Amino acid sequence: MGLLSDPNRRRALINLLTRLNAPICAVCYIAGVAWFMGLAFEPFTLRTYMSENAMGSTMVEERFPAGERALATGREFAAHKKRAGGMPVDWLVKTMQSRGLEVFTQKFSRTLPFPDENKERYMVKGTNVYGILRAPRAPRTEALVLTAPCSPGDDNNQAVGLLLGLAQYFRNQIYWAKDIIFLVNEHDLIGMQAWLEGYHHTNTTGIDWSPLQGRGGSIQAALSLELSSDIITSLDLVLEGLNGQLPNLDLANLFYAFCQKIGVTCTIQGKPCCPDHDADGNEASQRPTMGGPRAFFTCHHCWQVRTNDFSFINQILKLNNLLERLHQSYFFYLMPSLSHFVSIGYYMPAFGLLAVILLLRALDLWVQLATPPVRTEDGIADLEQSSPEVLSVLTPLVISHLTGAALYFFPIQFQATAVEHFPVSESEAVVLTAIAIYTAGLALPHNTHRLLSGEGVEQDWRVLKLIAVLYMAVLLGCTALINFSLGFILALTLVPMAAFITPHRPKVLSAFIMVILSPACTLLFLVFFFQDLQEIPVSFEDGWMLFLSVISQGILDHSLYGSLVYPLIALMVYPCWLLFWNILFWK
Amino acid sequence: MAEQRFRVYVCVRVGACVCMCLGLCVWDATPPETTTTSAGAHPKDDFQEELVIRPLQSGDVYASFQFRTLWETDFMKGNKVSHYRLFPKSLGQVISKFSVRELHISFTQGYWRTMQWGQPFMPSPPGAELWVWFQDSVTDVDGTWKELTNVLSGIFCASLNFIDSTNTVQPSASFKPLGIGNVTDHRFLRYATLPREIVCTENLTPWKKLLPCGSKAGLAVLMKSEKLFHSSFHSQAVHIRPVCQDSECTTTSWELRQTLNVVFDLHTSGQGKREWSLFKMFSRTLTEACPLASSSKIYIDITDNPQGEQFELTPATHLLSQAVVLGDRRTFSVYDLTEANTFGSMRSLNLLIRWKSSDMLRPLLHAERYVAGYGLQTGEIHTLMYNYHPFRSFPILLLDSVPWYLRLYIHTLTVTSKGKDNKPSYIHYQPSKDRVRPHLLEMLVQLPPNSVTEVTVQFERALLKWTEYTPDPNHGFYVGSSVISALVPSMVAMDTNNTKERPLFSSFFPCKEESSYFVRIYTEPLLVNLPTPDFSMPYNVICLTCTVVAVGYGSLYNLLTRSFQIEEPNPRLAKRIANVIRRLRGVPPLA
Repeated sequence: MGLLSDPNRRRALINLLTRLNAPICAVCYIAGVAWFMGLAFEPFTLRTYMSENAMGSTMVEERFPAGERALATGREFAAHKKRAGGMPVDWLVKTMQSRGLEVFTQKFSRTLPFPDENKERYMVKGTNVYGILRAPRAPRTEALVLTAPCSPGDDNNQAVGLLLGLAQYFRNQIYWAKDIIFLVNEHDLIGMQAWLEGYHHTNTTGIDWSPLQGRGGSIQAALSLELSSDIITSLDLVLEGLNGQLPNLDLANLFYAFCQKIGVTCTIQGKPCCPDHDADGNEASQRPTMGGPRAFFTCHHCWQVRTNDFSFINQILKLNNLLERLHQSYFFYLMPSLSHFVSIGYYMPAFGLLAVILLLRALDLWVQLATPPVRTEDGIADLEQSSPEVLSVLTPLVISHLTGAALYFFPIQFQATAVEHFPVSESEAVVLTAIAIYTAGLALPHNTHRLLSGEGVEQDWRVLKLIAVLYMAVLLGCTALINFSLGFILALTLVPMAAFITPHRPKVLSAFIMVILSPACTLLFLVFFFQDLQEIPVSFEDGWMLFLSVISQGILDHSLYGSLVYPLIALMVYPCWLLFWNILFWK
Repeated sequence: MAEQRFRVYVCVRVGACVCMCLGLCVWDATPPETTTTSAGAHPKDDFQEELVIRPLQSGDVYASFQFRTLWETDFMKGNKVSHYRLFPKSLGQVISKFSVRELHISFTQGYWRTMQWGQPFMPSPPGAELWVWFQDSVTDVDGTWKELTNVLSGIFCASLNFIDSTNTVQPSASFKPLGIGNVTDHRFLRYATLPREIVCTENLTPWKKLLPCGSKAGLAVLMKSEKLFHSSFHSQAVHIRPVCQDSECTTTSWELRQTLNVVFDLHTSGQGKREWSLFKMFSRTLTEACPLASSSKIYIDITDNPQGEQFELTPATHLLSQAVVLGDRRTFSVYDLTEANTFGSMRSLNLLIRWKSSDMLRPLLHAERYVAGYGLQTGEIHTLMYNYHPFRSFPILLLDSVPWYLRLYIHTLTVTSKGKDNKPSYIHYQPSKDRVRPHLLEMLVQLPPNSVTEVTVQFERALLKWTEYTPDPNHGFYVGSSVISALVPSMVAMDTNNTKERPLFSSFFPCKEESSYFVRIYTEPLLVNLPTPDFSMPYNVICLTCTVVAVGYGSLYNLLTRSFQIEEPNPRLAKRIANVIRRLRGVPPLA
């Protein structure tokens, strides 16, 4: 600190930073990316371990005697589902009752903002059926939830069968200390959301639901089953929640521990945990079906893991034995494999290195602004012109945010008008309007300052850029804290663009690079990249269609479940990116 | 009618707006012939035992034990009572030392499922419940209460010593004396629950020891703890109250009722076979009555089985008894254990029931409660009360005792039935004081027929002091059950020429008119999470603040306190020497 109180040394340091700014930034970027890559390397990560002693994988039964019966129930369920042409509510109620559960139903309805073409639904009406297994001698204060979505078609019948089989098996055990709720929900996430909102008597997403008749106290943990085959060769663990929320790591660890114990291959993201397991060759391994009720529970303060397996009898057992809330272990982590995890302390430096670039640029700009150029004598004149300066900075800010707001509100507001005038369907209308507004944002008047103050000043774009850079640093920092993956991906593309954009760069080339690195293009690339990772590469045509459907899903997810990605992009990231676009075309 | 005499009515005025008038009918169930045989030597005290078994609609079996000791003595007015026979001395001493007029204590594990099981004979909330009426001679009620809870905690091996001012309330209307006496000033009443109290064998053993025969003979031999606790519901209670001795009520006697209610789950124990026997339930059969008991009986509820089409009972008995229990006329098969032929040639009694079919019956009053909302800042307590009576509305008294760390926003209190505002006719609210006393909310609400009445109140979760948090491994904070006391209209009117003997369990709660009956139901306790700081955080915070203080504050302090001077470079040696010479010469030195 003596460093800063000494004006000479301070000047030296600042000189160093401004002179070496570009190389330092480049080094930071490379270091950040390298650090992130390094997280996949096993010696750099921590082995998973069980923080909660009560959840050690001992003292459990390793057999589920009613497997055959569960499969039979699954087939029966499939038959009834086909006959009812949807969820066989009456049959489910009767079956659960015969298994000795207290059975209740909940009706819900929801009109989507625009028709969902992927799942072919618009006015959603459905019924959730749930049965509560009351714990003997427990006063209904705590509950565990076991759910299986009733999916259309032939999917997931085995999961419902298994759920009912488990209900029967659990009913005959005496050791339950928490109520267990067996839930079969219709319309996957919408049904789940309706049930959870009904259970907690809140309404955050404007869904209509009938009040629940029976409850089991506060939900401590939840498991969701998805199973579409009679024979299980491997189990996949899906941990992702809405808005980057994650279940307690102990749940995942426990699941993995049981899988190891009973010798079942366990995968995460469809990838086996260790290379040696890969060697056995799981050609027949089941791909997890996407789109089941993911971790909604996390936003209701209960922790959930989605699995498709047998071993969670034991998992339920251990949760039952738990004498406290799941508060130990990690809630912020990345899982490169099931046996290793990266805690927040290890992955945040990768992002930190990227964020430092923005701060360095900001410092550089600050220094440039603070030391007026000596060669001209109009430094004083600049100071006097401070009020147009504020205006010239404020106008782009306001304009870009208004564009963002338009991007957020207009696609849904004007879908009817768009459908009237153009030969497109509603969801296409929404997506195309969004893309149109996004593109139109690029053509906005970028030199409003010239109208206001006559001539644009060199100083002004620096102020604007300083603000934009700090804005982006704060934005990305907050995003990365909540949802590291999203924050990191955005930082990876936006930071280099933000660091090196000035009005003096070659216009066409810079504009091209900027468009390539804009959030929408990032999303487009990620679609292709994801398909590649899944080993189902797609043509550009299909990729583009996929991209459109991803956008419409994003908008739907926001209005249905309160996912924050769409408003974040539309209201914050895109305006921020527009500011830099503005700087590039500054005259 | 000769044996069934109503002795006394004590009408209690709750308040001008409280129209609920609780009557009291005390009925002497001592049959004359048994009095002469067993209790002849000591006519002043009397012991009866009874077991009621009711096959429930859900397929479970409800067994309710009641043991009553009546003692013609006077603990009041500071009488020294030193000779005890059937009445347990430990409790007698408690009564006389603490000038207790009535004492009701219950320990319950599990929650009574009203919707599946109907109304219990003896309602009790999960955990421990204690309510005591003191005599009006007691001056320091709070002090006596504190001492009493500590003594009881020793007697029953329970954590009743955790009852303090923060969970004790004085209900103004919900809990009226059940025995004789005309003091209804609620200053002498204390009520507390411990929802987290876990009941196990260590509570059962002292409870059994209070019985005259212990668990050596009589019905109490059935109480094997490994079976009693292998059940869906377990509740044991002790009720002490003064009752009238005869029809003139010139002298009082003290009544000690010990009750034990168990619900056995056939599903888990029977492997799907719907049959039970005494041996299956209790792993014991009966061989004799308690020799000290003047009456010892087993009642089996066969109301739903008039012609034996629902289940089959062996050995069969021709002794039948009818009683109006909880507004419903029930028929019971009676087995008198004081008669030798009950035990048959095997010298042991093992009752056996085999089911044939079953259906559901809905109770008239049902309630549930839950916490709405998520997050750790605010929440809302919802209490739902269902009136399933098709055409009659009836009033209920709702008692809510909420700990202080949930700060109730009482202005958000709403009572709605059928979508309309339902204004309570009586509200008694006592706000909480932090760390001193809980919220107390009592309301008299009219439940419209065939409706759901919802009471909601919002609350804010308080931040506790760091020493007030429970240890790290905890489930959360418990809020005790709310209590709903009601006079529910009866389905059955009183049959005037009912000459049959009435069993004990039908006569506990006073009932003035048989057209309605008194019911007390308890809702579920609530589990609430309070905002809990991460207690490993202080370490991080200490490290961080130390660093910040050392680096940031240190340097700032340094900057602020340092006096800056322009330091001149050291003059050269030649100059210094020149200056020395100049000073010697008296000439001003060189700059």
